[in-house]
Amino acid sequence: MDDKEIPLLEEAIGKIWDKARELGLDPFPTHFEIVPATILYEFGAYLLPGRFSHWTHGKAYYQMKTQYDYGLSKIYELVINSNPAYAFLLDSNSLLHNKFVVAHVFGHTDFFKHNIWFANTNRQMVETVSLNAQRIRQYSIDEGSLEVERFLDAVLSIAEHIDPYPRREPQESKAATPKAGEDPYADLFPSKPEERGRLGKKPTRRKVPPEPEKDLLRFLLEHADHLEDWQRDIIAIVREESLYFVPQMQTKIMNEGWASYWHLRIMRELDLTDEEFIEFSKLHAAVCTPGKTRINPYLVGLRIFEDIEKRYGREKIFEVRELENDVSFLRLYLTEELVRELDLFVYKLDGEHWQITDKEWEKVRDVLCDSLTNFGHPYIVVEDGDYQGRRELYLRHYHDGRDLDFPYAERTLQYIYTLWNHPVHLETKEKDRPCRLTCDGERVTKTYL
Amino acid sequence: MVSTSQHDWSLHRKGPADQARHNEKIKEAIRENLPEIIAEESIITSDGKRLIKVPIRSLEEYRFRFDPYQGERVGQGTGDSQVGDVVARGPAGAGKGGQGKQAGDQPGVDYFEAELTVDELAELIFEDLGLPNLRPKTPREMVTESVKFTEVRKKGPMGNLDKRRTILENMRRNALRGTPVFANLSNEDLRFKVWEQETRPSSSAVVLAMRDASGSMGEFKKYITRSLFFWMVRFLRTKYQDVEIVFIVHHSEAKEVDEETFFHLGESGGTRVSSAYNLCWEIINKRYDPERWNIYPFHFSDGDNWSDADNKLCVELVHKLLTVSNLFGYGEIREGGYTSSLMSAFSAIKDPRFVIVTISEKRDVYPALKKWFSRGGMAIG
Repeated sequence: MDDKEIPLLEEAIGKIWDKARELGLDPFPTHFEIVPATILYEFGAYLLPGRFSHWTHGKAYYQMKTQYDYGLSKIYELVINSNPAYAFLLDSNSLLHNKFVVAHVFGHTDFFKHNIWFANTNRQMVETVSLNAQRIRQYSIDEGSLEVERFLDAVLSIAEHIDPYPRREPQESKAATPKAGEDPYADLFPSKPEERGRLGKKPTRRKVPPEPEKDLLRFLLEHADHLEDWQRDIIAIVREESLYFVPQMQTKIMNEGWASYWHLRIMRELDLTDEEFIEFSKLHAAVCTPGKTRINPYLVGLRIFEDIEKRYGREKIFEVRELENDVSFLRLYLTEELVRELDLFVYKLDGEHWQITDKEWEKVRDVLCDSLTNFGHPYIVVEDGDYQGRRELYLRHYHDGRDLDFPYAERTLQYIYTLWNHPVHLETKEKDRPCRLTCDGERVTKTYL
Repeated sequence: MVSTSQHDWSLHRKGPADQARHNEKIKEAIRENLPEIIAEESIITSDGKRLIKVPIRSLEEYRFRFDPYQGERVGQGTGDSQVGDVVARGPAGAGKGGQGKQAGDQPGVDYFEAELTVDELAELIFEDLGLPNLRPKTPREMVTESVKFTEVRKKGPMGNLDKRRTILENMRRNALRGTPVFANLSNEDLRFKVWEQETRPSSSAVVLAMRDASGSMGEFKKYITRSLFFWMVRFLRTKYQDVEIVFIVHHSEAKEVDEETFFHLGESGGTRVSSAYNLCWEIINKRYDPERWNIYPFHFSDGDNWSDADNKLCVELVHKLLTVSNLFGYGEIREGGYTSSLMSAFSAIKDPRFVIVTISEKRDVYPALKKWFSRGGMAIG
């Protein structure tokens, strides 16, 4: 795209916006920034512009940029869930390519606005992460960049272990607030004899946490006793940013499917020349190439939405985009016919090769849903923060048939030790045998139970 | 409800800055693993330009994750997939032990592999090495200035234009606009070589490599000799403009051979180390005037010498050779923990320029190099 084409692009964006609204979409107001490839790849690597500095971001940036330089992969679009939404267009794309991206983007910004799982997301996240980055930069100056980097290494190793839908807050607040009409000081002056007796008893140890806690980061934030303020702040930052990305992780197939459905619809209704239509068809085909070792969310999501529309009508797809997430979407709408048409299969490692083992549709659907559970990460909870009365941390992995990668788990436990500063245990299973990994700060040992 | 903008992003440097930190960490990781890396077979048989791959464990982003080789996954075919079809190669089918796995074609496996040339690796290894005991020679002979192209810049005299890079740059710019051809050359495509004057100790060095080819030197010992030798010569070549190598093999008799024979010859028979030292002395006298040459005899053996009488003779010869040498290296390669008779005899030699190393496994190669070429000797130039 050259400078002369920019006014043409602006005009096209206006038209596409009108078309999208006319067809029933209701996206956030969207701002488009035209950027060079290096910038697009940087934002792709950091997931949001302006996020804090860390070598893992540099690594992701390098990998994305290399792939782009060698022509191995391209980012099709980059759009941020905020209000107004931000989207980035590549300055080296052709005008038609960018129109295609714009149509796709409105699908996403409509999805962000209406899907219920996004309802509680921070719509000013770009500003938030940039403030977070500023604080972390200041900590690097105050505490030393190596110190901060090492701490971030540890926190990022458990960044996924958060709980977007906690169940425990209401209980705690209930206990703290007295009911209306009650004397708020009544419990200080027990009047009944049995209550007096109870107070005289030795208190039983209060279990921390009372219920298994899925949110490792929050647990550390509240209960780790050696952390300095800047360290707590970094944990809070990583947790806040992880929480922001949760809805995107749990609606990847739907979100891409929805956007692909709309770029198809909208582009077909624009007055494209034959040449443009061919270019567009090529782009669409590239986006919808089957994934071989993994499913292509654009293609699978698109086909499911098209199938829902065919079976239940246009209204229904709007309802589905509002209420479901990937797991419920697949459970409800991935049919036998779709599994066959999309040629989905189950495969596993058999000696030297990954081989297809099953094509039965319900099996395919179940394996796919299982792989999305907890966003594809092992489900780990804090069971005890005072194990054996010695402040040791006891974690439990809810084993679902898949073992952990043990060398990885051992290194992760060492990271957690640096955060907790007391021995850390993890109970899991290895080939169906219950076992426990223990990190004492120096070494990790494995005990079969 | 929609708006568009295009800012100047040319000063935005966040990604490259974090990438630089990542690169630094890669170098650190390689440095930490040098003992494991440098004795890899693929390196010493390479020509220096080929990329070698070094798996870097410490740069993996450890977290709780599932065993990447276990469990069922869902994939997607193009319409005709069958139960039993192979989707990808597994870990056992990809690559051979020690070389790491093939990245990219493994479902779920993500690890980092640094790619670097042998030259880059050499640079890291040689950072810590220096030339000890370099004898001062006349300055005229000692120092030469040479020109080395070190950098590429966007501005410079036309005489230094780097044509190849300029054409590539132009094609790259055109490719971004969809036409990967060489056309419309503009100033921003131009690339210039920048050179620096480099000062190196001149004159010449000769390495007299001696190897025990007796029956007791097995494959492992030959391999270690080769690996050490590879780095040693490479290192000396960075320090001297001209490095000559003389290869001597010995069992009970010594003879001068070519490089190929030196590394591959396996003979039966006894060992008389003095024969090699005598030949070494002869060759120096005939061909390498110590006034003009920096002389480095190195001897690799398992120390399993013929007789105590010969050991004594060897000690005398070492003293004699040290009068003309910068450094005499003796590398004893053994698989057990015994002390050889030759080693016992040598341990009486106190000259700091006589350096003994013992090697019993691959990872000893790097410490051996460091011992031979430690800094702290005389400064160069």
